[in-house]
Amino acid sequence: MSEGTLYDKVWDRHKVTELPTGQDQLFVGLHLIHEVTSPQAFGMLRERDLEVAYPELTHATVDHIVPTADQSRPYEEDAAEEMMSELEENVREAGIDFSDPTSGDQGIVHVIGPEQGLTQPGKTIVCGDSHTSTHGAFGALAFGIGTSQIRDVLATGTLAFEKQKVRKIEVDGELGEGVEAKDVILEIIRRLGTEGGVGYVYEYAGSAIEDLGMEGRMSICNMSIEGGARAGYVNPDETTYEWLEETDYFQENPEKFDELKPYWESIRSDDDAAYDDVVTIDADELEPVVTWGTTPGQGIGITEEIPAPDELPEDKRDTARRAQEHMRVEPGETMDGYEIDVTFLGSCTNARMPDLRRAAAIVEGRQVHDDVRALVVPGSQRVQEAAEEEGLKDVFEEAGFEWRNAGCSMCLGMNEDQLEGDEACASSSNRNFVGRQGSKDGRTVLMNPQMVAAAAIAGEVTDVRDLTEVQTV
Amino acid sequence: MSGNEVDIPEVDSASGSGIPIRGNDIDTDQIIPARFMKVVTFDGLGEFAFFDLRFDENDDLKEHPMNEERFQDSSVMVVNSNFGCGSSREHAPQALMRWGIDALIGESFAEIFAGNCLALGIPTVTADSETIEELQDWVEANPDGEIEIDVEAETVTYGGQTIDVTVDEAQRKALVEGVWDTTALMKSNAGEVRKKAQELPYVGDDQIPDPAD
Repeated sequence: MSEGTLYDKVWDRHKVTELPTGQDQLFVGLHLIHEVTSPQAFGMLRERDLEVAYPELTHATVDHIVPTADQSRPYEEDAAEEMMSELEENVREAGIDFSDPTSGDQGIVHVIGPEQGLTQPGKTIVCGDSHTSTHGAFGALAFGIGTSQIRDVLATGTLAFEKQKVRKIEVDGELGEGVEAKDVILEIIRRLGTEGGVGYVYEYAGSAIEDLGMEGRMSICNMSIEGGARAGYVNPDETTYEWLEETDYFQENPEKFDELKPYWESIRSDDDAAYDDVVTIDADELEPVVTWGTTPGQGIGITEEIPAPDELPEDKRDTARRAQEHMRVEPGETMDGYEIDVTFLGSCTNARMPDLRRAAAIVEGRQVHDDVRALVVPGSQRVQEAAEEEGLKDVFEEAGFEWRNAGCSMCLGMNEDQLEGDEACASSSNRNFVGRQGSKDGRTVLMNPQMVAAAAIAGEVTDVRDLTEVQTV
Repeated sequence: MSGNEVDIPEVDSASGSGIPIRGNDIDTDQIIPARFMKVVTFDGLGEFAFFDLRFDENDDLKEHPMNEERFQDSSVMVVNSNFGCGSSREHAPQALMRWGIDALIGESFAEIFAGNCLALGIPTVTADSETIEELQDWVEANPDGEIEIDVEAETVTYGGQTIDVTVDEAQRKALVEGVWDTTALMKSNAGEVRKKAQELPYVGDDQIPDPAD
């Protein structure tokens, strides 16, 4: 049993009572909602004649279905318009703040919460979206929930939940050129497996994590769920506080910053905290990681060979065989040179300013390959605006990328941005499941934003470090 | 239904014939592709369960257990490891439930998926991989054969034998005691919830509504 970790402390501070099931009733400090998983919950509330208990602790945005090209209303697609209208009505009725596209604050729910200072250390944060783990980057206890649980949170401000074990993942050393937070988390999932985190919360620690900015920490916490862990977090530190100080909430309420800081410090894991498991990773050894298969755990370093299914543990063989057939890759090959039709730079994993900056640095002065359709979808309207001001939009457009409005877009193909037929996509998103990007024959290769940029230029998966070397010569 | 009292049935057992869905890491995008989630209710999701594995481009049937006549009345799905991994979409268990599934037996389940099943009163019971494969083989050979899941005793009975399975402790209690729908239960603690909100340093007094009349 873990003791003295951030997880234990935040849990204890939010535990209301133990329920007859043995689960704890946890107070929810921030409930984020969006258009896909909340309408049914509001419907259940109406059926039961219940109201939203804590509207002031609830915040809405629209991200999954929002078009990233033409956003004029009504949306071209009826279903999207219906979902948007339903959300508008629900938040208006309940008095919930809504970062809608006319506000300039709209974006992917896991991008806007941190931007606005809604996401804070020591909060419990839930959302009907599995990538809610992202907010753990700030030392919050954040996890995804289903629609019936959204109903519970709306109606009561609390959630029935079972306490989990804590695994500390210590990443020491320095990340090399072309290697990013994304590669760290892909490596973790590859080593521990897509189900390795079931029953655990991941605490990311070590010098390589401490050296990361908030965006990198968010990329890592974001994909905790791909490793089976429902939540992941990083202890808050000066990097966290610097970010928070710049957000709307603390700009508007500067006194709150000093008032809350002792709380944030108090919930950090103790030096002598006890963990249920500890795993160490050497950051110096990492290279850019790409996936060869159809689960996020099927990754390899860009110079490594695709494994033969027979060499894998027995329970992985069948999945690997099917994945290799779908992706049309052969054991013994590397992913370097895998032909790409589409590149997608976006998603709650990698669509923040530093992600776009690093990709733009690779793109600048180069051209997108003739056979590639290349998309950049900023994570939020604020990222979009900042990137436009900084000239990144021009860099991308001059190179032949399409520059879009903010949303989830081709990460999950719920709007018009979808793969067609058996197109292969180099993607900075988080899931390479069959059908994920909108076409059941589509092929997704997950990688970091610089690698996506490199793939757009080369028309194939390529080692970004080769490109940068050429550039420096 | 009106009023916030909802009748929550006790689920101490589930039974019916089985349907085997083989493969590890079957994700929620396979169970219900995202394009079918552009809806504001869960009604009618059943026909889209496993859609891309059941139908080709021309909507012609592909080879899949859910397309087989012999499994049409099945209500117990037998799956392998990490079933339901991926997104938090409750649309996944909702689609299975609306197709006719009342219970799942598998090697392991992704956490959010299992939690979503529980919120619908659907047991997700587990056993080791060998046991699961034997059961899947038996279901193939006995598509009409009855499988009985005793949630309370943590056993599964089929083909004249009873095997031990595992039911997560909180899940077992919630199902057996009929407290798997937690809304009313948690709402009854509203006073304590308020107190907790007042204690938390980051929750402002103006964010805590006045107690209901």
